[in-house]
Amino acid sequence: MSLTQRIESLDRRWIFLVMLVAMSFPLIVHMKLPVRASPEARGFYENIEKLQAGDVVYLASDYDPGGKAELDPMLLAVLDRLFQKNVKIVGATLWPAGSPLLERAYKAEAPKYNKVYGVDYVHLGFKEGKENVMVQLGKSIREVFPVDYYGTPLDSLPLMHSGLNGKPIDKLNDTKLLVNISIGYPGTKEWVQQVRSRFNLPMISGCAAVSAPEYFPYVQSGQLSGLLGGLAGAAEYEEMIDRPGWGVTGMAAQSLAHVTIVLLIVLGNFVYFWNRRQGVSRP
Amino acid sequence: MNDPWIWIEAIMTLAILSYLYKDNPVYKAAEYLFVGIASGYYLSIYFQNVLVPNLFVPSWRGVHAAFGPGTPAPTDLIRLSSLMLAVFMFMRFSPKGAWLSRWPLGALVGAYAGLAVIGLAQGDLIPQIDSNLLPIITPGSWSTLAGAQGLAQGMAAFLGLFSNVVLIVGLLATLVYFFFSLEHRGFTGRTAKLGVYFLMISFGASYGFTVMARISLALDRLRFLFEDWLGIHISG
Repeated sequence: MSLTQRIESLDRRWIFLVMLVAMSFPLIVHMKLPVRASPEARGFYENIEKLQAGDVVYLASDYDPGGKAELDPMLLAVLDRLFQKNVKIVGATLWPAGSPLLERAYKAEAPKYNKVYGVDYVHLGFKEGKENVMVQLGKSIREVFPVDYYGTPLDSLPLMHSGLNGKPIDKLNDTKLLVNISIGYPGTKEWVQQVRSRFNLPMISGCAAVSAPEYFPYVQSGQLSGLLGGLAGAAEYEEMIDRPGWGVTGMAAQSLAHVTIVLLIVLGNFVYFWNRRQGVSRP
Repeated sequence: MNDPWIWIEAIMTLAILSYLYKDNPVYKAAEYLFVGIASGYYLSIYFQNVLVPNLFVPSWRGVHAAFGPGTPAPTDLIRLSSLMLAVFMFMRFSPKGAWLSRWPLGALVGAYAGLAVIGLAQGDLIPQIDSNLLPIITPGSWSTLAGAQGLAQGMAAFLGLFSNVVLIVGLLATLVYFFFSLEHRGFTGRTAKLGVYFLMISFGASYGFTVMARISLALDRLRFLFEDWLGIHISG
């Protein structure tokens, strides 16, 4: 059996092993690759940079543990930057298992800047209802979330009384920006369709890589002011705010894995066509 | 590393990854455990966050107002409607009362159709059509090209000159591919074929992003195994 025939009949577990090595090696040797920000990521960054101390943003953290790998780095970087700029955050989720992830992210980032719950940030928790909830939030946050994640009435939280011009925060338009970190349905698409157009609230999104191609047209149309796609988006944002984290580290391994996949595809095609030319039938 | 939960998470991760070698009882056990725990977790969340505040509490208030002392207010009776519609949904199991289940289904379909139509038209269709009504040559792109310095900047400016052309041609060609009232022959056929190429490029981009997403999931598990379980510092 020739070498090309042996490659064509190679046990796929060898490929898994090659991928494991390609992904582990950059992590173990702390390999770093330069990350260049895309215009979409720059838009995301600039919209957060435009916020002033005391401004309030609505953070829709719509993902569950399935999206943690890609979206946790984004959420942590966004919270870090918002807290650093003294921007206040009203956060909630439309995903049943999303609340513990948002809670964990708050607990990781808030103490770094001595932020106080209820004054600097609020966690409203989870509400079922998908698009219905989005539309209702545009009319009254208190009707949708009478109490926060801990069961505290919203009226007793000082942050909910510090909206634009000192007015209470009772609808999405009382905040300056909608920041959506989402992995699927309900997520960015639904926020754009139901809230961005209906209530004209500026919106930026960080989404899973799978969803990014679907959302790029929203950036081109101006419906999204910025977009981070997957771990690459997280890495771009981490670079821009000078806070290298898992996004930047992961992208080196990600890049080497992609190069390996490309080489395997090229090798596979070469071997396939070579064997066909030699008149060797597929094993 | 001394945290027992880290050990449980690591063992479960390795059990699931063992499928890559071959299907085995350890993988099956981890898979069933995951499905069972996830189902129970979601059931409890939905019970606490959806059924109790949205069905049980309002319904109980409605029942109390309707059948208790005093005159029930209209809002109390409306509260009962959610319970009534929920009961109607289960009438599907009764041959005589099955038709009643169409009422809650009708209400659900109607509400979501209404929301979706407004969202799609106002939030997707019109803004996307609007954003595609573009000048063929991007305004200002000639001056950008004239002022470009270096090969990289010049190439980017040169390509920028044609970005709207590519977008408009791609959009029209793809739409022609999905236009089936004319046979795909001659000019229509060639345009439709061009549309297929644009679709293929778009599918390729989507596939690339999907690969990136899947690798990210694998990397997160590696990060956990190296850093949290084995204590090898890798990130940040």
